[in-house]
Amino acid sequence: MSLLWLRFALGCYFIGLVYAFVALMRTSDLFSRIALHAASLGMVFHFVSLAELFLSGQVVWASVHNGESLLAFLSMTFFMVIYAIYQTTSPGVVVFPVVFFLTFIAAIGEQPVLLTQFVSHKGWLIAHIILIFTGYAALVLSFGASLLYLLQERRLKAKKSTSLSSFLPALEVIDQIGYRSLLLGFPFMTLGLVTGSIVALTTYGRVDFLDPKILLSLLMWAVYMLMVFTRWNSGWRGRRAAFLATFAFAAALAAWAANYFSAIHRFAAS
Amino acid sequence: MRFQLIGLNHKSAPLEVRERLAIPESRLPDCCRDLTAYPGIEEGMVISTCNRVEIVAHTTNGHADLRGFLHDHFHLTADELDAHLYEFREKDAVRHLFRVASSLDSMVVGEAQILGQVKEAYATARAVGAVRGQLDQLFSRAFAVAKRVRTETAVGSSSVSIASVAVELAKKIFGTLEGKTVFIVGAGKMSELAARHLMAHGCASIFVANRTYERAIGLAQRFNGQAIKFDDLYNTCDRADIVITSTGSPHAIFRREHGEQFLSRRKNRPMFFIDIAVPRDVSPEMGKLDGIFTYDIDDLQQAVSSHVADRRKEAELAEAIITSEVERFEAKLHTLDVVPTIVSLQDHLETIRQAEIDRVRGRMGQLTPEQEIAIEALTRGIINKVMHTPITTLKTAARESEATTVVDVVRRLFNLHDKEQPAPEKKTEVGTRQ
Repeated sequence: MSLLWLRFALGCYFIGLVYAFVALMRTSDLFSRIALHAASLGMVFHFVSLAELFLSGQVVWASVHNGESLLAFLSMTFFMVIYAIYQTTSPGVVVFPVVFFLTFIAAIGEQPVLLTQFVSHKGWLIAHIILIFTGYAALVLSFGASLLYLLQERRLKAKKSTSLSSFLPALEVIDQIGYRSLLLGFPFMTLGLVTGSIVALTTYGRVDFLDPKILLSLLMWAVYMLMVFTRWNSGWRGRRAAFLATFAFAAALAAWAANYFSAIHRFAAS
Repeated sequence: MRFQLIGLNHKSAPLEVRERLAIPESRLPDCCRDLTAYPGIEEGMVISTCNRVEIVAHTTNGHADLRGFLHDHFHLTADELDAHLYEFREKDAVRHLFRVASSLDSMVVGEAQILGQVKEAYATARAVGAVRGQLDQLFSRAFAVAKRVRTETAVGSSSVSIASVAVELAKKIFGTLEGKTVFIVGAGKMSELAARHLMAHGCASIFVANRTYERAIGLAQRFNGQAIKFDDLYNTCDRADIVITSTGSPHAIFRREHGEQFLSRRKNRPMFFIDIAVPRDVSPEMGKLDGIFTYDIDDLQQAVSSHVADRRKEAELAEAIITSEVERFEAKLHTLDVVPTIVSLQDHLETIRQAEIDRVRGRMGQLTPEQEIAIEALTRGIINKVMHTPITTLKTAARESEATTVVDVVRRLFNLHDKEQPAPEKKTEVGTRQ
């Protein structure tokens, strides 16, 4: 049943996906409103799907599909919070495709079973997953904002007035969205890694730093920290910030992909 | 439809003539009263702005001497005035008014001010009773049309002056201008105007630097700002978010190295340079830095031109809306024209029906309830069938602007003149005109 709700959500997010492509070409207030309503409805379905999973009594967050579903939901939540503050749907250009992709992957597969080793550390595991996914969601948004920043900066430098530049928020607003997401996401990501280490320590008795998952996660965290530092210290924006954000995002993707070949951090197969 | 409009505007008359006709707000009510007291005018109102003076009237025969009113009221001779006047009647008057209210006839097409001015003129005329039935309908429609044009086209959405383009660009960079700091380098008229616009949109403080320090002080005082010695320019400039520069320097005064310094001191917060100097004050190299946005006079002018072109394109769409609205308004008025005839035709036939039923009752004595019902149904059926074609024809004719002729024919055929005296008279006049 949870999968069914998720598929309904996917249908709604599809409208968001179409909006993301259309918005790059032309501005439409009506379509923006439609996409926003569809996304809200999608979130309701999505929430029901996640709640059902949770209430089913089995903690199955550690399955790859549920993880993707949770990450998509958190990204969407961030998007909605930003909409509530800045009244702009433009981050949707990046967020909607990412959310659709994650939900799509989560909605097509069979729900995998729980990774048995983690059962005894349920609390730490849940904390780890929620913290790290919130960090990921913030990173997605920050990455999206840095791309939009670049886009708007280029438009302004090119001195061309297009419907795209009027659709995008002001440069400083995009910058604030990105920076706040970054600041918010960093402690979550840090605490997520700490709780992950605790889970690993209690499960295996040690943390294997040479494991690709751990290495890539640490790399991602280091880039994340570098982004926060350069921004706080020298106010890095524009090209340099976008470069770092892209690198952090790529590291996050790689860390995510490492789930499939890590010896210690492997999601259960379906 | 006996609307007449006469007036002059920025295209038809020079400022000296417009000045002589301009009516102060306090005198508008008296002018409206004089207008309605003028022979042949039933309702009237006056629109007076810096770019136009227009009189709109609903007249008794469609041929009121509005020129005569202008000559008398403003004590001007025909030689002085007539060459600058335009005059529209009926449909053309409606079209012109719709265009004026929608800001398609304005000096800056799409500017929003004119609609407010027309609304004020309307309110004044209405308050003194100069606008009642027909003009009331006309202006209500004009306001609705103006709103439609604004909603359905982008005719008023872009900035068409250098200063407003500068504000628009600053907003694209900073979002809100609240609390932003402006730096004027070189105290010129144009930079002062741009600064005034920026301050009006929320910029909080202003610095002024000029080679002649006294001029900087003078300008800074006008803005409650702070004058900066020209030598301190590079040490202070990074405190400003927006720099308007217009010095007479033969070389660029802001170069790449300055930009780098500013950005480093500002922790890379963006800066917006509005360079209205010729030759330019900001080197193109500096504009390439991340976080520095430079717009020179050509860039600004280009933005203005492209906005003007956009407005022109949108104005074409707006003209199409006006045309369809004029047709709709005309059709509505014509439909209203035929309504009295339809009512009097129904009354006329109903009177005949009742008279015939009474005659039958007199001849046949008391009728049974069944007979009463049968006669009622029979006579009503006949009347309805007889009336169907004339009523349909009248309604169709109203939509096709042939109402006058058809109304005339129907009235003659059914001998309706006596019962609805004023209507045929009106129609005959309109008919004669056509």
